[in-house]
Amino acid sequence: MGSTKEQLLDRLQELQIEFSKYEHDVVLTVEAQAKYVGHLGGALSKNLFLKDKKHRFYIVSALATTKVDLKVLSARLGLGKGGLRMAPEEALGEILKVPLGCVTPFAVINESARHVSLLLDQGFKTQERCFFHPLSNEMSIALNVSDLDKFLKSIGREPLYVDLEANPSVGKDQPPDLATFVPSDSVALPDLSEEAAIPIIAENKPKAATAKAIKPSKNVQSVKDKSTNGVYPSSSLRDAEKFVEEILDKTSALLLSKITEDTIKQHREQLGAVVGDSIRKHLSSELKMLAIMYKNTAYTEGFCAGTKMGNSRR
Amino acid sequence: MGMEGERAGGGSANEEEDSAEQVVNPWEVSSSGGKIDYDKLIDKFGCQRLDPSLLDRVQRLTGRPPHVFLRRNVFFAHRDFTEILDAYERGEKFYLYTGRGPSSEALHLGHLVPFMFTKYLQDAFKVPLVIQLTDDEKFLWKDLSVEESQRLARENAKDIIACGFDISKTFIFSDFDYVGGAFYKNMAQVAKCVTLNKVRGIFGFTGEDHIGKVSFPPVQAVPSFPSSFPHLFTGKNDLRCLIPCAIDQDPYFRMTRDVAPRIGYHKPALIESSFFPALQGETGKMSASDPNSAIYVTDSVKDIKNKINKHAFSGGQDSIEKQRLYGANLEVDIPVKYLSFFLEDDAELECIKKEYGSGRMLTGEVKQRLADVLIETVERHRRARAAVSEEMVDAFMAIRPLPHMFD
Repeated sequence: MGSTKEQLLDRLQELQIEFSKYEHDVVLTVEAQAKYVGHLGGALSKNLFLKDKKHRFYIVSALATTKVDLKVLSARLGLGKGGLRMAPEEALGEILKVPLGCVTPFAVINESARHVSLLLDQGFKTQERCFFHPLSNEMSIALNVSDLDKFLKSIGREPLYVDLEANPSVGKDQPPDLATFVPSDSVALPDLSEEAAIPIIAENKPKAATAKAIKPSKNVQSVKDKSTNGVYPSSSLRDAEKFVEEILDKTSALLLSKITEDTIKQHREQLGAVVGDSIRKHLSSELKMLAIMYKNTAYTEGFCAGTKMGNSRR
Repeated sequence: MGMEGERAGGGSANEEEDSAEQVVNPWEVSSSGGKIDYDKLIDKFGCQRLDPSLLDRVQRLTGRPPHVFLRRNVFFAHRDFTEILDAYERGEKFYLYTGRGPSSEALHLGHLVPFMFTKYLQDAFKVPLVIQLTDDEKFLWKDLSVEESQRLARENAKDIIACGFDISKTFIFSDFDYVGGAFYKNMAQVAKCVTLNKVRGIFGFTGEDHIGKVSFPPVQAVPSFPSSFPHLFTGKNDLRCLIPCAIDQDPYFRMTRDVAPRIGYHKPALIESSFFPALQGETGKMSASDPNSAIYVTDSVKDIKNKINKHAFSGGQDSIEKQRLYGANLEVDIPVKYLSFFLEDDAELECIKKEYGSGRMLTGEVKQRLADVLIETVERHRRARAAVSEEMVDAFMAIRPLPHMFD
């Protein structure tokens, strides 16, 4: 379940980010968007959702006027020539949870997009305000890019800006300058290769002489990483249904990753008990933390309401 | 008349010891011998080691495994913890008291250690907690304005709240906001029982120190007395207090324990931790002023990896061949020490120690594992921190009753 436009806007308001919002008919292109908001004194953005050959995904968000050459970008990322192409339509829905024509840097608020690399045009910094879609292509919001940074930091993302028009040579002595933008984890879509069940965690490079005992728990720890990495969208701390959904999402993600051909063969009838224990072990402290924050949030809401009541009685 | 348990001649901050000179007080932790000798410290201070049987008892009383910091000897010393457990077994509750001196906005993992442990104690024993933010202390000791120290207190409160304390059982207060009323009455009572010479002896104050410093100790002492919190503990003057803290805070509470019976209160009990070593090695505790001595909760994934790889002192050998031959020196290896704090799985830690110590595992691999663990810890903290609003801080710090504090 992805975040909605309302959740995003709530979030921006909580962060005390100033933005202007404009509703309009569905727009699928920058030209169409320009018809509605092009004259309102903010820079339009174009947003590309890209994928490389190793199933790693990128959002390139640039001023509509910036020239973006995918071949150059591919080389600068260290993906060789032609390593980057537009991501398939299913990926938009699966990973970014947005419809066609709605790619936006804000899509990284979604848990599913946590491994998507975000490249921001440094041209944004020269603009007073820039337009982006807030997870819906029936609306555009304009904000200063420093506020976009604030939002990104609030979800644990470091905003990184790039001169997208630069074309440095990449060769033996000049390493690809954008190599750090390549995500360490690939994202597997359900209909792709059969390895899809467990995402490849590139951090665990196979080590030659590591004692066998270490490997299993290392993998287990990483799977835990997979299911726990991301953000507590604040809405799931206020809304009971979303709270439960988040818990179920995390639990089922872990569950699915634990039930594989190998583990079925290994544990057979015991698999249920083994997986049950594993879930408890890995999710217990995370879920308890989520629950205490839910409680604290609810208490705070009541407290605020109570103090306001008290004040208004005087 | 010396204070309880202290060696004759006092356990003052500036006393010379036989071999290595150790200085351990709230404002300085150093040892001329390099490493802190904790046995000597326990001996000098006169507190007790936490022995394994106490851990078993805690497990029985709380119905859950003891916290990783107990299992790994991070919290290793105490005063009267057995009395607390005895009383608890009889059905007598207690409350927790811990605190932070908000001297900087940036908190590092070492700062979180007492709070992580206190959260465990709150959950395991189901008891209330008061958290003191000594903004006045930082104002008095550091070059800070009153407003700045108050602002830092609030910022630090957010990181503290992010450790997961239960708002229905926790009261956070800053001295500048709270001192007064019943709290101040207790401060005056404590102050009347402690001579100038005494505080000079305990804390090392001299004639050149301003009187703000000299009169501060009662402020940190009185949260140990339930009557300091009339909105929480009315009618419960008999309630015991347990103070989880780092062992350098012991002097404050030695003083407090000395005074308590004279004014009719239980002596507060203490449970004390060793120092979280700096990345560069065990010569003291982490310092907020050197960014590379510690992993901060605001560090990015890149920063953490970098700091561990570049600055974490390694006990491994200089070369792979030597490492395979001789193995690593676990005594001084920082990554292994850090793992002993943050890697929950006892079996995995044992395995790493064995493999690394024998040379089958390399420094790089241990550092990689540590990076994974710390990144996860920091990430989790950051997410929780993002969920703390200004209103939540206000609510935690509001003077309000906590009717469910023992539930």
